[in-house]
Amino acid sequence: MFKTILPTLVGAAIVLFARLVTAVRGVWQGVDPVPRQRIYFANHGSNGDFVLIWTVLPPALRTQTRPVAAADYWLGGKLKPFIGREVFNAVLIDRNPQTRRDDPVWQMVAALDDGASLILFPEGTRNTSDELLLPFKPGLFHVAQARPDVELVPTWIDNLTSVMPKGKVIPVPLLCSVTFGEPLAVIDGEDKAAFLKRAEAALATLAEEVAR
Amino acid sequence: MNTPAEFTTLILGVLAILVVATVIAQVLKARMARDNDVIDNLVARINAWWGMVALLTLAMLGGQAGVVILFALLSFAGLREFLTLTAKRRADHWALVVSFFVILPVQYALIWADWYGMFSIFIPVYAFLLLPIVIAIHGDTDGYLTRVAETQWGLMICVFAASHVPALLSLEIPGYEGKNVLLVAFLVVVVQLSDVLQYVWGKLIGRRKIAPRLSPSKTWEGFVGGVLNASAIGAGLWWMTPFTPLEAAGLSLVITLMGFFGGLVMSAIKRDKGVKDWGHLIAGHGGFIDRLDSVVFSAPIFFHLIRYFWSVA
Repeated sequence: MFKTILPTLVGAAIVLFARLVTAVRGVWQGVDPVPRQRIYFANHGSNGDFVLIWTVLPPALRTQTRPVAAADYWLGGKLKPFIGREVFNAVLIDRNPQTRRDDPVWQMVAALDDGASLILFPEGTRNTSDELLLPFKPGLFHVAQARPDVELVPTWIDNLTSVMPKGKVIPVPLLCSVTFGEPLAVIDGEDKAAFLKRAEAALATLAEEVAR
Repeated sequence: MNTPAEFTTLILGVLAILVVATVIAQVLKARMARDNDVIDNLVARINAWWGMVALLTLAMLGGQAGVVILFALLSFAGLREFLTLTAKRRADHWALVVSFFVILPVQYALIWADWYGMFSIFIPVYAFLLLPIVIAIHGDTDGYLTRVAETQWGLMICVFAASHVPALLSLEIPGYEGKNVLLVAFLVVVVQLSDVLQYVWGKLIGRRKIAPRLSPSKTWEGFVGGVLNASAIGAGLWWMTPFTPLEAAGLSLVITLMGFFGGLVMSAIKRDKGVKDWGHLIAGHGGFIDRLDSVVFSAPIFFHLIRYFWSVA
């Protein structure tokens, strides 16, 4: 009984905390919050990124949306594996090609085939540079090609890097927003580089619109 | 709960105004053939007022604890909005953490302790000197003075100035013992009514804009009508204060003028930073600072005028 309720309670506490610190607001600019299968691909600057996306999703969508996260980070220690697995139901992928046993693309496709939507950070790591975005990793392209019916929603997380920069533990309370842009899909015959460039551009454009 | 009898009278009056406003807004809405943005915003504003009045009443029923806690939370929400827009870099993380989690709570603890000698200099002196040190230690000098100055400004407005509302409870006015919460109510009611009446007069007969670049909605007609109206109402509320009707009118004029200019100053900052509202949490109004700018600017002046001329401590 307690074991099944605990992840829900912890999830609710995390959402409440995110709201208290950031008063996060979801802006559904290019899509509506409807139960369609999607990959929300977002900029990545802080460990709290997927928590914010998760917070602004309506509860019904939240339970069906799984973040894709790095196994090396989320399986360390005792608390993180519980939060990663039980609370967020993350799809944990091994970022190291030498050690991994499962293909990350296959893992994501399997999660989609189970009916889940995904939160993906195609930059692959937290961006601490002065650039708006790091070059996208190819995973988004391969998953999109394997499951072309899934909507790819560019998602811009604004200001969370100031709230909790990499390496800081105490968050600064500042207002944040999560903006969902117009979905895109892989065009027939489009190659990997062209698609990734287009996806990057879509997210960068969204960021400019948010800044205005 | 030992709130003064005048408090009940005041709340009944405010509720009556809210009921009338709600009825008028609903009639206007029903008369409109199509959806009208101005009316929709009016309805949202009035609905939010019900919530804000409920919250303020509850806080004042809670006495000093209630008012201190409410304004500490409002300071938190306001500072969060303000520092979202100010210049900052990674190196400022500690300075910002200290602002929210040390300076803000300490200021309100000093207010709670009625320690006038300390709460009136803590942020203008100690925070003013401490913050630039914390920021300088991290060695990042890009835009250093701007970052330091904007952070200090946020603390002065959102914490220091705002904390002068609960500070009213620490004043000792002969013959007015146990009634100080009415000063809080007087300040908030007069200043907020002035805002509302400026809005109403502006919408009804507003033509000439005062500062079109700062705030397109502020007109001379709204300003004069609102300030005079609210000052007259303030004079009419003398029975809940230690003032004579004439004194109540004079103080009301001062705080409504300060309130008006507070709105103007905070609008200038919004234009500078390229935003329309400070936040989005109060439906129809915008952010907390959008609603509190006038009270924040008038509170310290109101506090000190009473302290000099009426108080013994």
